[in-house]
Amino acid sequence: MAEEFLRIDKLVKTFGGNAVVKGVDLSFQRGEFVTLLGPSGCGKTTILRMIAGFERPTSGTISVEGKDITSLAPNQRKIGMVFQAYALFPNMNVGDNIAFGLKIASMPREQREARVEEMLKLIGLAGYGKRFPFELSGGQQQRVALARALAPSPKMLLLDEPLSALDAKIRVSLREQIREIQRELGITTVFVTHDQEEALSISDRIVVLNAGNIEQVGQPFEIYNKPTTRFVATFVGTLNTLNATVADAGAKTVRIGETTATIPALPTSAKAGETVALTMRPEAVALANGVDRDIMLEGKVAEVAFLGSVIRLKVDLGGNLVSVDTFNDQRTPPPAHGTSVRVGIAASDVLVLSA
Amino acid sequence: MIGRRFWAWVVFGLGAAYFLLPLLATFIFSMQMRRDRLTFDAYLSVFSDERFQSTFSYSLVCAVCAIIVGVAIVLPAAYFVRLRLQWLRPVMEFITLLPLIVPPIILVFGHIKLFNSSSILPLTNSTLGTDVLIVCGYVTLALPYMYRAIDTGLRTIDVQTLTEAATILGADPIRTMVQVIFPNIFVAVLSGAFLTFAIVIGEFVLASLLNRPAFGVYMQNVGANRAYEPSALAIISFALTWGAMGVIQLLDRFAPKTARQA
Repeated sequence: MAEEFLRIDKLVKTFGGNAVVKGVDLSFQRGEFVTLLGPSGCGKTTILRMIAGFERPTSGTISVEGKDITSLAPNQRKIGMVFQAYALFPNMNVGDNIAFGLKIASMPREQREARVEEMLKLIGLAGYGKRFPFELSGGQQQRVALARALAPSPKMLLLDEPLSALDAKIRVSLREQIREIQRELGITTVFVTHDQEEALSISDRIVVLNAGNIEQVGQPFEIYNKPTTRFVATFVGTLNTLNATVADAGAKTVRIGETTATIPALPTSAKAGETVALTMRPEAVALANGVDRDIMLEGKVAEVAFLGSVIRLKVDLGGNLVSVDTFNDQRTPPPAHGTSVRVGIAASDVLVLSA
Repeated sequence: MIGRRFWAWVVFGLGAAYFLLPLLATFIFSMQMRRDRLTFDAYLSVFSDERFQSTFSYSLVCAVCAIIVGVAIVLPAAYFVRLRLQWLRPVMEFITLLPLIVPPIILVFGHIKLFNSSSILPLTNSTLGTDVLIVCGYVTLALPYMYRAIDTGLRTIDVQTLTEAATILGADPIRTMVQVIFPNIFVAVLSGAFLTFAIVIGEFVLASLLNRPAFGVYMQNVGANRAYEPSALAIISFALTWGAMGVIQLLDRFAPKTARQA
């Protein structure tokens, strides 16, 4: 059984009467990579800053390895943190930046120098020790910031949107490197981001936050495929909505235009004649080129977006605009704007979400 | 394009002439101690005057003390206000502007009234006490310049994130201030220090009324009794100020850089 490392109990934070975090309970396992995901103002950074000790909770507790650290000063917590703005000390070179925490911990000089070299190798910047932060690119600076945070062997690593200031390509390579290093060191990591792709790609678990509350906690696969609330479904990935009328609640059948379909996810509480919103991911909808699915619908292509390996079409299905993702195939060009198409949906991929 | 550049040079030339011609006239006059030729006799006379050396040394020591005390007071105050007490900034601005509003004569009378021989803390009773008093007065006079210089320096760095980065690595507030914040605003602190130096070197009112042998008092005495030496002293003062400004510019090149160079 996995060992609990960090625990947050009934955490509340208010700023001038405005509650930013509203009674959050969370548990993190040792060595786990957990992402706090949510839009701006959802409270994710505030939770991270409370874990770091930069903000004092209005109420609630934070414990590490069973010890309450809620009132402990940030410099006593033995936590490593990487900031969005790098926060490298401009007056120190790369080596001195990495050695800063080690000097405070009174590590002997020889050991310190060896540790700095080890960290530089870990981040792939061996030989950069004498350079100053202004001589490095954004990605390199953030790697140095990571090395500086990891050098004193902290108990836990906090990452506050560390990739936000970087361009797309570096962001992807650095996030892979962060994950690789985290796995190698087995350090419990809390990562804050508003980028769902980032969260899905590197996390063991994702905590989706909205307006200071937890919406859902789960593995990336679970969060994406089995969202429990409409917010999670719409915030994480793209979601199609089709309006349908309940035909027979007992038989779980609905009518979409002229088509009747059986939806296993239709709740038993639904009433005949009631309008329900059926939701599905773009990849759950397929262009029906010889494909036979549970639900087959006619529509017109309203928009074509070429995204490289994927082509995203927007198909107008009797007033419902539905996104359809298909893989790019050099031999088959995508349907043109205004073309009539048939789309197929597997009934098992359809979710009926609560509000 | 060429026309615009021409007029820019004309404006620059007029501005430069406005500032430099009086200085040139003073310089030429300072060299006319002998009727038949231009010499540096006035300068030699100033430098060989024992009072010049003693008063300048006295003011120099006072300036150094005022700089140390000023930095020790202003740096932590400006740092903590910027870090934790942003709402207090207007109050700080107002307080640090007071020395520009209240004339030094009022300040020194206040000092004498509060710290005279019949007060609880009779600083004016001893030479050392009066020296302490005059340094405190200089710190007050230089406060607007020292605060603004340091505050401008703090504005150029991300004080909060740097402080948090140092703190999470285990640093206490003093270590953070000394090892992270101070080196990154060193040039700004130096600007404040040189401005303090310039104020102290030329200050007359405090030194005169507290009866201390400062350089400002000496300059006033020389000005009242000699013809060419005051001009030489004015040129020396300018040279000192410009030298200080040059040192600031030079040190600025070695300041820690916060952005990637283009």
